[in-house]
Amino acid sequence: MNYEAKRLIEIRQGVLSKNDQLAAELRRRFHAAGVFVVNLLSSPGAGKTSLLEATMRAMLAECRVAALVGDLATDNDARRLARSGGLVRQIQTGDMCHLEADIVARHLVDWDLSAIDLLFIENVGNLVCPAGYDLGEAARVVLLSTTEGEDKPLKYPSTFATADAVLLTKIDLAEAVEFDRALAEENIRAVNPRAPIVATSARRAGGLDDWMAWLRKQMRNHRRDVDVTGS
Amino acid sequence: MHELSIAHNIVSIASAAAAEAGAEEISSVHVRIGALSGVVADALRFSFAIAAEGTPLANAELVIEETPVVVFCAQCNEEMMLPNPRLFRCPRCNQPCGQIVSGRELEIVALETP
Repeated sequence: MNYEAKRLIEIRQGVLSKNDQLAAELRRRFHAAGVFVVNLLSSPGAGKTSLLEATMRAMLAECRVAALVGDLATDNDARRLARSGGLVRQIQTGDMCHLEADIVARHLVDWDLSAIDLLFIENVGNLVCPAGYDLGEAARVVLLSTTEGEDKPLKYPSTFATADAVLLTKIDLAEAVEFDRALAEENIRAVNPRAPIVATSARRAGGLDDWMAWLRKQMRNHRRDVDVTGS
Repeated sequence: MHELSIAHNIVSIASAAAAEAGAEEISSVHVRIGALSGVVADALRFSFAIAAEGTPLANAELVIEETPVVVFCAQCNEEMMLPNPRLFRCPRCNQPCGQIVSGRELEIVALETP
């Protein structure tokens, strides 16, 4: 036995490098097909599915919309979303607390991406785990509902800090639950000074107008980007 | 509990690297986790012990280096380390800074053999 044999083996590799590679591959495919992909994150019950159902219904009038829906055990969300008339597929995640790029890729194999303009990926309701997993999305959108605490952004900085936009959902309930919007926005700004903050209501007429305006603008920019790179 | 799946990834990457280097046993695994990685060090240690069972890493210690958030401050034109990952303001000029330079990393740095 050689007692001098203690060795250091250098690795320097991302623990999630496999996921990152798959996500980069997905991003290239989405880009080439001209699909704008939105990864939706929130805690359970923040209103992802209601927002998505109403958004899909409205956006279907102007473009081809699809959704992949992560859910632990049921297909309730997918059935709700299918009512919107868009293309919907359920991802049953079992015990997984987040979606990963390979799961997304597997559930897309038989979809013709070039027939989709806007793809939503509804992540598992969880403000911790999904944050570290790139799914190849063009935009990461995080929801904060008025029925949650205004301090959620400070409790979950890894999720809110990496958001491209933050939606304040269920704004129609703000008054009833004494939601302090200024405080919520201050807390979002503390961890993410850059992302636009957009108030939404899936129930109220016109409650999605600002959110859809943001989406359209992102899609236009993305489209231009795809045209410029000529893919 | 996504620390368990992270721990499995660490064990799988480290086992492959150990095999490639011809190391039969590993005494420590050095990882770096950023303040925005969403990983809790204690939970990761606990999960690592489970994930490492029956592998060359079974007796290895998980050495965790926790790294802070670094942002770019446009005002100071400089990268700044945030003393608090819940306040994205430049510690020097107090301007809001959202351009994250590092702090999301989750990296295996090295292995040591006995």
